[in-house]
Amino acid sequence: MNKIEIPRVNETMYHEKLDNGLDVFLYPKKEVEKTFTIFATKYGSIDQTFTPLGKTDKVTVPDGIAHFLEHKMFEKEDGDVFQYFSERGASANAFTSFTQTAYLFSSTNSEEDNVETLLNFVQDPYFTEQTVEKEKGIIEQEIKMYDDQADWRLFFGTIGSLYENHPVRIDIAGTVDSIYKITHEDLYTCYETFYHPSNMSIFVVGNFDLDSMANLIRENQQQKSFEKPNGIDRFYGDEKDTVYKSVEKIKMPVSTPKCMVAVKEKQDQLDKDHILKNELVRDMILDLYFSKSGSYYEELYQQGLVIDKLRIELYLEESFGFTAIGGSTTKPEQFGERVKEMFMSIKTGNIDQDDFERARNKKYGELIREFNELEGTANTFIHFHHLGIDYRDVFDVLERITLDEVSQIVDEWIDEDRMTMFMILPEDE
Amino acid sequence: MQKLTNREYKQDEYHLHLIETKKFKTNLVALKFAKPLDRESITKRALLPFVLQKGTKTYPTEKELRLKLDALYGSKFSINSGKKGENHVITFVLDFPNDKFIPNAHNLVKDCLTFLYDVAANPNVENRAFDENVVDKEKETLTNKIKSIVDEKMQYANMRLIDEMCKDEKYSVHAHGYLEDMDQIDAQSLYETYEQMINEDALDIFFVGDFEQDQVKQVIEDVFTFNRQPKTEIFRSEPKQVNEVEDVTEKQKVQQAKLHMGYRTGITYSDQDYPALQLFNGIFGGFPHSKLFLNVREKHSLAYYAASRIESNKGLMLVFSGIAPDKYDQAREIIIQQHEDMKAGNITDEEIDQTKKAIIHQIKENIDRAGGMVEFFYQQVIADHRVDTQDMLEEIESITKEDVVRVANRVELDTVYFLTAEDGGEASE
Repeated sequence: MNKIEIPRVNETMYHEKLDNGLDVFLYPKKEVEKTFTIFATKYGSIDQTFTPLGKTDKVTVPDGIAHFLEHKMFEKEDGDVFQYFSERGASANAFTSFTQTAYLFSSTNSEEDNVETLLNFVQDPYFTEQTVEKEKGIIEQEIKMYDDQADWRLFFGTIGSLYENHPVRIDIAGTVDSIYKITHEDLYTCYETFYHPSNMSIFVVGNFDLDSMANLIRENQQQKSFEKPNGIDRFYGDEKDTVYKSVEKIKMPVSTPKCMVAVKEKQDQLDKDHILKNELVRDMILDLYFSKSGSYYEELYQQGLVIDKLRIELYLEESFGFTAIGGSTTKPEQFGERVKEMFMSIKTGNIDQDDFERARNKKYGELIREFNELEGTANTFIHFHHLGIDYRDVFDVLERITLDEVSQIVDEWIDEDRMTMFMILPEDE
Repeated sequence: MQKLTNREYKQDEYHLHLIETKKFKTNLVALKFAKPLDRESITKRALLPFVLQKGTKTYPTEKELRLKLDALYGSKFSINSGKKGENHVITFVLDFPNDKFIPNAHNLVKDCLTFLYDVAANPNVENRAFDENVVDKEKETLTNKIKSIVDEKMQYANMRLIDEMCKDEKYSVHAHGYLEDMDQIDAQSLYETYEQMINEDALDIFFVGDFEQDQVKQVIEDVFTFNRQPKTEIFRSEPKQVNEVEDVTEKQKVQQAKLHMGYRTGITYSDQDYPALQLFNGIFGGFPHSKLFLNVREKHSLAYYAASRIESNKGLMLVFSGIAPDKYDQAREIIIQQHEDMKAGNITDEEIDQTKKAIIHQIKENIDRAGGMVEFFYQQVIADHRVDTQDMLEEIESITKEDVVRVANRVELDTVYFLTAEDGGEASE
């Protein structure tokens, strides 16, 4: 195993790439009670059009299939996998994002058995017509629960205005109509293509023995055979840099309106040499202006344009990216217009050196704090690893970045043509 | 398991709790002010956290206050309030990096404690009144927050269930306050409520982190010079009898209906049967392996979620489920049937064994977080019942099936609350 030292926080983790392509990260921490493990594939809701493993023609599968597949991984011929974790008192879960599907557990005993169960159940699919049909009612309720949540609709409404063709615009769970079209054959096609070990990583953090865990994972993987991978072709449609719609609104039975303003990323800002630095800069700038110590937040709050705090979103991925500022507001139109102006004045204005240093110190403290959370640390390392980035570099990048670089990056980031505003208005008005 | 010690110093002005651990990169300090719930003062107490975060004598605006936190390496600070049994607790919490991970930082502990003391003890007050503009502005913010509860259907349904179930009890007082009180609140009357809190409430101070006991205790005593005279006793609830089951149905524009059911357990944290109640709740609805999840969701595909949780200071158990509006009768019957089964002793050894492990896991996982440690020990303050983590785990281990059945027979359904769609989904009586 390769040792990965992180001297800033006095921590050490280990990495190894197995022969079948699986990336293994082990991060032993003796002082905590639990062990947390995440086993993730670089496959999310956006991966709908692709060339299946061993085929030459591309296919498009129904919306929401990655999430549907995640639900069905837990069911096997002899019952539900949750029970194996439950028998050991562990709690297991899973989630699907735009770009990733992850299976995880946390336990305070039998961590090796749990890791073995996790590897085995994710690498042993069991989909039948009957089990697939049964899940549709459950997912339909999940979709309807989200449909009632204004914050969720605000977020997806905004993305739908930013992107015209890219599948990020589709709700992760799909729609009630689309999930009813999913078949067990579809699930196998997606599974075989995207759940190949060369497209996956496992990260174990917590109270466990390093050598014995490393051996267990190696031996488990050696016992299994996989087809030779030939790389995955993924298609996201043609998307221009400018936004699909610059303004959009919907009505919902809410008492307080909501508004979100977002900036769409230019595709050339999302390659792996830029992405970590770009993310740090956006994070610091948004914080500098829109957090509770920010001058723009203060203005919005004092002028009654936002109730309480702002919602800040930041997504940078290989094929799409955006930053967004949202909030509950009694004056959605004014809020949106003003936030757009604020973005433009960030682009044209100068950032003060002292302000920048303060933002840097604050970010440094926050990076230190991230290591309190085992789950967060594991998720972050895997997320960046899937983007081809070693997250340890974050401390160096933060320490070295200069104000001149920040100004250049901000100039590339923000543009009038790449901004949208999305509003949720009460039905009665 | 490593021993977790809470060194408790009962002083006249406050009780100090020092919890030493090497788990975190940051330290956490929390001040908890408690007073029995009281309809007359609740809206003012709910408003206090908003106003107190808007500035102090030293940092007169919210922006200046937040800039200070940024300068303290991104220390995280918040004030919040909520119910703990039939008490209202206002919590000040500050999480700041441990000096050893910050190059060139000195005296961070003292600076951070001084900041926290300043916010609590030196608010921005003139002539025994807060700033009128700030109070008006924050009244508006709280008003908007109260109004938007109805948009969060799960939270709204919980609130309405408790309104109906605990009509004549302190417990039904809304911790976030009432719209009809707003007009009567002014800068003077709010200050009087603040004075009561700072001088008379029961105050517990927690410090969690990697530190030197004597040194930190000394700094705390040097900095926290309140000069207060606590008069308030924490309220400990008495069990209440159920007469007959009450049904309440409410209609709104929702896609998913919420079926929430309130039970009385008659068992609080200090009761001998409390560990058995935890086990009962775990088997019934506390986990994904529980009867509710397996029967309501997995077997009948009626819901995306169906779970139960206990309120350990008041002696309640609450069941939550999100269902299709027309499935009311079926879901209600299945939930009631699971309880009846448990009363009749229909519980397997496997369920008992799994649930014990799951509860032990939950307890251990909880004390892997600094906030979890504080809540673990504060619960014991509220209940006036001290238990060591190790003893607690042993108590759980020793519970038998007979204990669980006995508790199942003490638990009684009190109120069924159903929030459903305006069109269709009639609840037949």
